[in-house]
Amino acid sequence: MSRSRTRPLAMALQAVAALALAGLPVIAQAHEQSGQAAGFLSGLGHPVSGLDHVLAMVAVGLWGAQLGAPAIWMLPVMFPLVMAFGGLLGLLGVPLPGVELGIAASAILLGAMVATESRPPLWLAVLLVAFFAVFHGHAHGTELPPGQSGLLYSVGFVVATGCLHATGIAIGLIHRWGSGRIALRGAGAAVSAAGVFFLWRALA
Amino acid sequence: MTRKTATALAAAWLLLGPAAAHAHLVNTGIGPVYDGIAHLFVSFEDLLAVIAIALLAGLNGPLAGRRMLFTLPLVWLLGGLAGTLIPAAPLPLAPATLSLLVIGVLAALDIRLAPAAVAALALVLGLLHGWQNGVAMAAAGLQATGLVGTSGAVFVVAALVAALVVALRRPWTRIAVRVAGSWIAASGLLLLGWALSGRA
Repeated sequence: MSRSRTRPLAMALQAVAALALAGLPVIAQAHEQSGQAAGFLSGLGHPVSGLDHVLAMVAVGLWGAQLGAPAIWMLPVMFPLVMAFGGLLGLLGVPLPGVELGIAASAILLGAMVATESRPPLWLAVLLVAFFAVFHGHAHGTELPPGQSGLLYSVGFVVATGCLHATGIAIGLIHRWGSGRIALRGAGAAVSAAGVFFLWRALA
Repeated sequence: MTRKTATALAAAWLLLGPAAAHAHLVNTGIGPVYDGIAHLFVSFEDLLAVIAIALLAGLNGPLAGRRMLFTLPLVWLLGGLAGTLIPAAPLPLAPATLSLLVIGVLAALDIRLAPAAVAALALVLGLLHGWQNGVAMAAAGLQATGLVGTSGAVFVVAALVAALVVALRRPWTRIAVRVAGSWIAASGLLLLGWALSGRA
């Protein structure tokens, strides 16, 4: 079949396909559900709405980047699980004393680890991050607005936290350059200083 | 009855007891099979569970992927048919919670499993979620043929995700899959909290 004959055929097929798509009962696809997208967006937005959470999460990524493999991926794998455990405790009404103090302390200590470029044994680094993850989960994982999907909120919350870790890791990659290493330590010191402010606010 | 026993019983009741079904039944207007296909994509707890088992199967290699692929949709369909035929109260959150948690943790830890074990997990997962779908469809008076659409969609999603993971070669991509597993497990753990607190 020649090219000149195939072109009108292709155009006709495209027109039929466009008509078929336009004729699909789009309105009928509406289904009665509520709180699905809102739940996801609430969860996605919640971790980034609090500077204390943001700085601590980014600091986890920065420290992971400084420590290198396997900490660079072990911390982000483990953190959401332990954080969710903290959220579970909160949802079950299990009290956790000094949540705000724990969150402030996480920023201070994680920032200090980055600032001093500390290299503790892997198990100790994981333990430290896990300990603070419980506080963050307890404080932030339970604030579902009424009428929204708990699952979608949880997914959004976890994804946002993971993205903050990824941001920290991406920033932390400057560690391979000498000036980047200094800048990274400066960033750790800034996180730590912000943690002192959060602690002061929590105690006030 | 001790306080611990009473707490355990209350938790079990909240987790397993019948509650309002969160079935996201879709009316596409173009037939029950299409309704079934659409159902999977608006039921996030089902979709996430399919993605989780596909990630796990992919991490365990092509043979595990194939076993999962030909087990999951079939038992999903059978479980769904059983759910439509046997009148029962739905279990809205138990299957989603436990399957997300268990399979997510296995993927996050990158635990090597025999292909038969992956198939067994797919079997349990498919039966639980299929049953859930079937009960919800029966309660809503929808045709059971919708389950064919759902099972087909399960097959397609599981095949695409598992094939993608099997094809990954660079070490960091495998880590990304493990991170996704940990996110799924964390979501399942939080969902367990919502279920136990009665706020989901």
